[in-house]
Amino acid sequence: MSAERKSREARRRFTGSSITTVTWVLAFVFFAPVIWLVMTAFKPESAAASNPPVFFFAPTFEQFEAVLSNGAGAYFLNSLIATGVSTILVVLLAVPAAYAVSIRPVKKTSDVLFFFISTKMLPVVAVIMPIYVIAGQLKVLDNIGTLVILYTAMNLPIAVWMMRSFFQEVPAEVLEAASMDGAGLIKTLRTILIPMVTPGLAATALICVIFAWNEFFFALNLTAANAATVPVFLVSQMTSEGLFLAKLSAASVLASLPVVIAGWVAQKQLVRGLSMGAVK
Amino acid sequence: MSRAEGWRRRGPLLPALIFTIIITQLPFLVTIWYSLRNWNLLRPDGNQFIGLANYVDIFLDSTFRSSALNSIVITLGCVFLAMILGIIFALLLDRKFRGQGVVRTMLITPFLIMPVAGATLWSISMLNPSFGLVNWVISLVGIPPVDWTASHPIISILMALVWQWTPFTMLLVLAGLQSQPKDVLEAAQIDGAGWTKTFIWVTLPQLRRYIELGVLLGTIYVVNTFDQIYLMTAGGPGTASANLPFYIYQRAFLGFDIGQAAAMGVVVVIATIIIATFALRLIFRSFDAKD
Repeated sequence: MSAERKSREARRRFTGSSITTVTWVLAFVFFAPVIWLVMTAFKPESAAASNPPVFFFAPTFEQFEAVLSNGAGAYFLNSLIATGVSTILVVLLAVPAAYAVSIRPVKKTSDVLFFFISTKMLPVVAVIMPIYVIAGQLKVLDNIGTLVILYTAMNLPIAVWMMRSFFQEVPAEVLEAASMDGAGLIKTLRTILIPMVTPGLAATALICVIFAWNEFFFALNLTAANAATVPVFLVSQMTSEGLFLAKLSAASVLASLPVVIAGWVAQKQLVRGLSMGAVK
Repeated sequence: MSRAEGWRRRGPLLPALIFTIIITQLPFLVTIWYSLRNWNLLRPDGNQFIGLANYVDIFLDSTFRSSALNSIVITLGCVFLAMILGIIFALLLDRKFRGQGVVRTMLITPFLIMPVAGATLWSISMLNPSFGLVNWVISLVGIPPVDWTASHPIISILMALVWQWTPFTMLLVLAGLQSQPKDVLEAAQIDGAGWTKTFIWVTLPQLRRYIELGVLLGTIYVVNTFDQIYLMTAGGPGTASANLPFYIYQRAFLGFDIGQAAAMGVVVVIATIIIATFALRLIFRSFDAKD
């Protein structure tokens, strides 16, 4: 190897490792608020809101215990029901709909897709008043079923778009063969389509779970004592008689944990989910 | 196609379609109805039909105009900054290095943190004037403490929003980078194009669709921002940082002015539809061309 090539090689390696260092530093800065949140959750209250900030302390589970004994369980149960049931409903409605617009499209399919996505552009505030008034008249304010229906409507358009893109990847011959064998919709879905798009279905469900679990606006305005979800609980922790920052941080960590873990596990699926399947 | 066959094909679509129409479109029709009425819950004598008077009031309402402007500034600012940061992070991640998986996991986490938790984290732990981490960091280089959410409410909200949405744009751009055919890049290298030239003339055009998609989807979500404003500034000081969703919420649930709030909602929807129609057609073209 000539000296010139050797030095070019060394320079390349140096550039490479400095880019790696820059990447790590940027990632650390970007991630620092999360580290700080988790650290604060393990602090005694006296160390949480201090100036200068405390970086070394004896970690305690005190705040987590306080949050859990403060009735957090009921809110988590509400969130679990609202998220779980709405996600199941979304999948049950979106799969046949996506099948109709992708495998056996009729005229106006793109209009139907446009309609679905246009509902995501409808500002939620523009429909909250009638929903509030109607729910009041039907006596379903502060009712978890109301949230389930709204979360289903909120996630359904995304799910139809995502499932459509997954179905479009299924080879036409496979479906032709199924229809030759006389398989109907349910049978085709169950035995052929669903098994082929399981990762896509998982991605769809994950996105629905994330948005339903994190939803705040409907929950804030339509629930009170009985049906309040985790985000509402979190806000209720900011009491007027004083801010308990460590406790609030512990509650934030607990509230975010399910989605953070699910998202970490399913990073690859997240991309296609977030792009509504447009990115292959 | 026979009529029966047509229904057989349309059938599976109907439950989702009907559900969506009932839950999203009917309330909107009711909103239009409310918007034509003088209905304030604090005034029991009200609730008559008043035609377009609510709409006339909106155009005389300077807070509505400033909230609309804030909506635009916050949405464009967040989507633009998140996209720039997202592209930088994606480029840094799109190479083999030690700990790549860990770094990617760290970078996507802000998106997964519950927005309510993220908003309180930023407004209290990060931006608090006396014990916030940001003021401590800038004090290390001699900058005096800043009362972020009171003096720079929009910048504070943007910090929290950009932090939350950068992972989203990063993931999309990263998907675009990883779908780049490697032989094109190699060809560019062989032709003697440097990194900058390759990026501008080869990578960026290929990323265009992904960037457009990120901008469109990001805008759809960010324009509806409520949590951060509700928790970080409550639209304040005064109404300095209220965006349209927050201002309408205020008129409806704190001012109990159903008619006014409904009219604002209708105006926002019309504006959104006009903008979205252009944007969606663009994206439809760029993604359908491939199918």
